Amino acid sequence: MSAPILLDPTNESRPAQREQLTRPASVKGLTVGLLDIVKARGDVYLNRLEELFVAEGAKVLRFRKPTFTKPAPPDLRHEISIQCNVVIEALAD
Amino acid sequence: MKPQLPDGLVAIVKRECATCVMVDPLFANIAASGTPLTVYTQDDPTFPASVSAIHDADLSVSWHYDIETVPTLLRIENGEEADRTFGWSKEAWQKFTGITDLGADLPVMRPGCGSLSVDPNLEDELRVRFTSSTLHSRHVELASAEDEFESMFTRGWTDGLPVIPPTPERVLRMLTGTTRSPQDIVAIAPPNLVELTIEKIAINAVMAGALPEYLPWIITALEAVCNDEFNMHGVLATTMPVGPVIICNGPGTKAIGMNSGVNVFGQGNRANLTIGRAVQLTIRNVGGGKPGEVDRATHGNPGKLSFCFAEDEAGSPFGTLAQERGIAPQQNAVTVFAGEGPRCVVDQAARTPEQLTNSFAACLRATHHPKSVLSFDAILVVSPDHSRVYAEAGWDREKILSELYARLNIPGTELVKGAHDMAEGLPAKFADRTVPKFKAGGILLAHAGGGAGLFSSIIGGWANGAMGSTPVTRPVIS
Repeated sequence: MSAPILLDPTNESRPAQREQLTRPASVKGLTVGLLDIVKARGDVYLNRLEELFVAEGAKVLRFRKPTFTKPAPPDLRHEISIQCNVVIEALAD
Repeated sequence: MKPQLPDGLVAIVKRECATCVMVDPLFANIAASGTPLTVYTQDDPTFPASVSAIHDADLSVSWHYDIETVPTLLRIENGEEADRTFGWSKEAWQKFTGITDLGADLPVMRPGCGSLSVDPNLEDELRVRFTSSTLHSRHVELASAEDEFESMFTRGWTDGLPVIPPTPERVLRMLTGTTRSPQDIVAIAPPNLVELTIEKIAINAVMAGALPEYLPWIITALEAVCNDEFNMHGVLATTMPVGPVIICNGPGTKAIGMNSGVNVFGQGNRANLTIGRAVQLTIRNVGGGKPGEVDRATHGNPGKLSFCFAEDEAGSPFGTLAQERGIAPQQNAVTVFAGEGPRCVVDQAARTPEQLTNSFAACLRATHHPKSVLSFDAILVVSPDHSRVYAEAGWDREKILSELYARLNIPGTELVKGAHDMAEGLPAKFADRTVPKFKAGGILLAHAGGGAGLFSSIIGGWANGAMGSTPVTRPVIS
């Protein structure tokens, strides 16, 4: 019996390998982006984080997704990438 | 590549065909008349006896020139086909060759025989031989001792049920269901935002167990879900138990044997089940949307394997969902809705449309939570036994919907946080207002189900509008 040949049903792509950035020793002087995905009470969590980061000497910038049901728009992602050193995304309720 | 034929007359014959044998001597007459003649024989290289022939051994000429019947006579001018006749017609052959007494002693007409190039036993093999270069997908070669079904599970290609092995033969046969090119890009598939080609859809349609005639419906359903409006990304990623519910309309639903009647949401109908399954397999395999990864559903629902049905149009007293959504009568169409599993509405006593509508409204009120308002849409699938109540009372779609909406304006006192000792609810400021359960257009009315049973069904939706998902309706184009 000859070996069966199947056609690959997947997208045949491999995820790009990216090295993780080194974890900063301190957040002092860094710009920290806080992305609110607009799920309920995400802001409560982020408000507390902002207090803690400011106390540590970081500059905090706040961002919001238009809706948690869709990926962040490319413009928003770009904005965060050029304004911030690190980013925290508040996930859910 | 399509073989070039010489100018003049070209005949395609096979010895196995009695009509070809009958006309054999005529080829010598044609050749003697001075008209250039080339004969291709499909089976026996020594046939016909009256002139020498070229053996179309791999059936390349027959395939590329779409020969369905032998004998076929082609007239080639400047390398292009100018005319053809097939079978034996004395008048046609005499006119075609310009020989006025050609075959004068033969019968007026004899049908030909099927060309070997359309022999059902050879067709798949020939399609692979001559058209597989149109396919770009990677070939996955299995070991001869490998169980192909198990290997597809191992590779993570299935939805948990076995799939049909997507061999080139099967995929090319599937592609006969559409006129679109295999490399046409239909949509960008979430969550990995991958260009989705007709070829990849066909592969997944084969795996789902679909037939070629279902393919246009599958393509349309994928076009309908892979856009910002329907938001397949969010439908996939949500923790809520929703997936694409596919409602099919138009005469094509009957042509492909879809079920709109008994057990309409259940098992047993190939078209219903495999169209929905092909959509989900495509999102899984091409888009990369897998449970436990981007699919974060808390419970999911069995309809995420496949939830697809046809509307019972002939039996509907209130028109069709597709027409309500702007589709012309007799046009095949697909509507997609981000929905959970169906829940039953039992009312075996209502004999007036008001009583029945009261029951529907009370059950719709509980969709997701009795205090949840304006956030979710729903489909109300009315059964034939229930729709008869409306038909006898002369209620049309507009009347049914307006009566439903009127019953679903809820006093704020029932909706605010703490009411009925439930923490869920609206802020206290809504206590002195009346709030509708559904936004305008939030109830979709469809007609389906078996002819016996005073039951209808509600399919609850997901976060609606621009913040979530909006139902999408698209015409099905072959």
